[in-house]
Amino acid sequence: MNMTGSQVVVSSLQKEGVDLIFGYPGGVVLPLYDALYDFPIRHILTRHEQGAAHAADGYARVTGKVGVCIATSGPGATNLVTGIANANADSVPLVCITGQVGLAIIGKDSFQEADVTGITASITKHNYLVKNPLDLPRVMKEAFYIARTGRPGPVVVDIPKDVLTATIDYHYPEQVHLRGYKPLDEGKPAEVEQAAAALLAAKRPLLFIGGGAVSAGVAEAIIDLAETWQIPVITSLMGLGTVPAGHPLFLGMVGMHGTVAANLAVMDCDLLLGAGVRFDDRVTGLLSKFAPKAKIIHFDIDPAEINKNVPAHLRVVGHLGWSLPALRQILCTAQPLGASPERKEWIVQTTKWREDSPLVYQPDGQVLKPQYVIQELDRLTESNAILVTDVGQHQMWSAQFYRFNRPRTLVTSGGLGTMGFGLPAAIGAQFGRPDELVVLVTGDGSILMNCQEMATIVEHKLPIKVAIINNQVLGMVRQWQRLFYHHRYAYSGFAQGGTDYVRLAEAFGAVGLRAATPAEVPVVIEKALAVDGPVFMDFQVCPEENVLPMVPAGASLDQMIEGVID
Amino acid sequence: MRHTLAVMVENRPGVLARVAGLIARRAFNIESISASHTEEPDMTRITIVVEGNNRNVEQVVNQLSKLVDVVKIIDLTMEPSIERDMALIKVKASPETRSDIMDIVEVFRAKIVDVNRQTMVIELTGEESKIEALCEVLQDHGIVEMVRTGKIALSRRPAAAKDTD
Repeated sequence: MNMTGSQVVVSSLQKEGVDLIFGYPGGVVLPLYDALYDFPIRHILTRHEQGAAHAADGYARVTGKVGVCIATSGPGATNLVTGIANANADSVPLVCITGQVGLAIIGKDSFQEADVTGITASITKHNYLVKNPLDLPRVMKEAFYIARTGRPGPVVVDIPKDVLTATIDYHYPEQVHLRGYKPLDEGKPAEVEQAAAALLAAKRPLLFIGGGAVSAGVAEAIIDLAETWQIPVITSLMGLGTVPAGHPLFLGMVGMHGTVAANLAVMDCDLLLGAGVRFDDRVTGLLSKFAPKAKIIHFDIDPAEINKNVPAHLRVVGHLGWSLPALRQILCTAQPLGASPERKEWIVQTTKWREDSPLVYQPDGQVLKPQYVIQELDRLTESNAILVTDVGQHQMWSAQFYRFNRPRTLVTSGGLGTMGFGLPAAIGAQFGRPDELVVLVTGDGSILMNCQEMATIVEHKLPIKVAIINNQVLGMVRQWQRLFYHHRYAYSGFAQGGTDYVRLAEAFGAVGLRAATPAEVPVVIEKALAVDGPVFMDFQVCPEENVLPMVPAGASLDQMIEGVID
Repeated sequence: MRHTLAVMVENRPGVLARVAGLIARRAFNIESISASHTEEPDMTRITIVVEGNNRNVEQVVNQLSKLVDVVKIIDLTMEPSIERDMALIKVKASPETRSDIMDIVEVFRAKIVDVNRQTMVIELTGEESKIEALCEVLQDHGIVEMVRTGKIALSRRPAAAKDTD
C-alpha cells in the first residue's frame, strides 16, 4: 500500500498498539501531525517538550507499556533530552520521534537543526536517523522492540522532513532481525543452581529488590520467595511497592535515606541476593564497606550490571520472570529453610531493628512538619494512590512515610533525580490509569520547573491532586548546606519570591487550597479529594527539617545520622 | 594487563562514534583503536587495545556488547593470534646519511616508499615493539613526522572470529 513517511509512522504506532501519545508540533513535524489528524490515536499537547517526554515516561511506568512522544527538530528535540536521560536512568521504555531538517540541508547549521542522534547517543538504548524512507517501517518495528525487550529503555527515531513526505510501498514487518541485539530471557540453569545452593547455606540471607523487579512484574514471586523461605526483604527507591509496606519481612528502603533496619541488615547479612538492582552509589554508600560479611548474588537481565559497582560472588543473568521461578523450583526440592536456629535468630534480629528504629520525626502541634503531610496523605488515600514525586526532600519523605503496597504505584525519578519530572509524569500516570487516584507530592522548587503543565492538566480535567511541600527553600540543598557546608545557605532560598500557589492554581483554572498548621492538613486533603478535578495544595511547612536517617556521601551504611538535628 | 578486542559491528553511519563515545564516557583507558572493512560488506571490524584488570575489561566488553550495532566481541588476548601495526615514518635524510638509513631499513625488513632531497618515508609493518625499536634508532637522524594504524589482530584458528563462541 502506498503511504507517505508520516502515514507510515502513524500506522506503525497503531500496529504497536499505541493509542496515546504526547507531543508538541513544530516546523518539520507538520507532515506527521497532518497524518495524525486522520488516525484514531489520541495526542496530548503538552506545554513544553520536556513535559511530553516526562508524561510518556509516567505513562510507561504505571502501565508497563511503551510511552511515545513527538517533538520537532532543533529545540523541540533538545527539550526532550532531560526526559530521555531520565527514562534511560530508570530503564523506562520510550519511543521518541523527532523531526529533522531535510536531508539536503543536514549538516549545514540549518534553521532548527540539531544533531539529535549525536546528542542522545549516550542517553538512549539506541537511536536512529532515518535517511531512506524505505527503512521507516523496519526502524519503527525495531524501535519498539528494542525499547520494551531486555532491559527496557528509550529509543529515539529522528526523521528528516523529506522522509516524512516521501511516498513508499508500506508493509509493516512481522519480525525483527537484529544480529547485534538478542535480549537474554532465559539464562544458564547452572547459575540458578549455584545461587540456590548459596541461599540454602546462608545463615543470615537478605533479599534486595530494585526497579528491575517492578518492570519484570515479579512482585508475587519475590513475596513468595521471602515468605516460603523466611528471608527479610529490603528495596531500593525504585523497588518500593514490590513488597507491601506492612509486610512482616519487609525492612524498608536501603541506602542514603533508608531505614536503620535495612541498612544494618546489609551490614550484617551473610548473603545478599540483589534482584533487578544496580547497586547505585545512593544505595551502597562507601563501596568497600558495603555488605562486608556477605556473599553477593546478583540477579539481573543486563550482564553489564554484574560486577559494575559491586563485585558479585555469583550471578544469575536473565529475565527475573525466568530466574526467580527457576530458583523456587530448585529450592522446593531441597530441605525447607527457616527452621535452623540461626535463621530464626536472624529474623528475630532484623525484626527487632525494625521495631526499635522506626522512621521518626518530631511531631508538633503548632509547627507544620512535612513528614506529617505525607502521613496524612497516606492515611486519607488509604495507602492506595499512585504517588508521583518530584525530586528532593519531599521525595525521600514520600518514600519513607507513604506506604506503598503495589508495584507501579510510586512514580519517581530515581537515577537521574530530575526536578520538574513530577507534574508531567503525573499527567502520564493519570492517562495510563484513568480510574486510579493520582497524587503528586512535589516541592516549591520542583513544581516551578514544569508548572506550565498545569495547563495541560486543566485542559483534560485530570483529577490530579498536587501536594506542594512548600518550605520556601530548596530543602535538600539546604540540608546539605546545613550538615556539610557550615550553615552557609548559598542561593537556596525562595522566601523573597513570594509565589502564591493558590492563586497560581486558580490562574490555571484549577482549585487552590492552603494549609499552614497541622490542624488544617486533613481538612485540606479531604477537600481536595472531594474535588472532581485538579487541585494544588500549598502546605506551608517549616523549612528547617532534615531527611533522616542519612548516610553521608562516602560513608558506610552503618554510619547513619539519626535523630533530630538543629 | 593489555587486552586486544576484536569488535564486530554493523557497517552503518555513526557506528564508530557510538563505540568511541561509549569508551570515552565510561572512562575506559584505550591504547589504540583501528577500524576497517571485513570480508562481509555490511560488517566493520574494530580492533581495540585496552589496558586494565579483568574486571575493567569485562566492563568494556559488557558495555560495548549493549550497543545494538555491536554484533560480537572477541577477546584475542588469550588466543593464539597474529598482531600487526603499520607505521609510515618520515625521517631526515641528506645524501650523506641516506645509506646509513637504508642499512637500518634493511635490518628491520622495512621499506623505503618515498625519497626526496631532505627526507625519506619508511614503511614498516610488524608488532608494536618492532616499530618502536625502529623509531628509536631513527631518532638519531630526526623523525619529521610519523603515522601508525594502531594494532590489528587476527586469530590463528581455522574459524572466523565471528563464528566462534
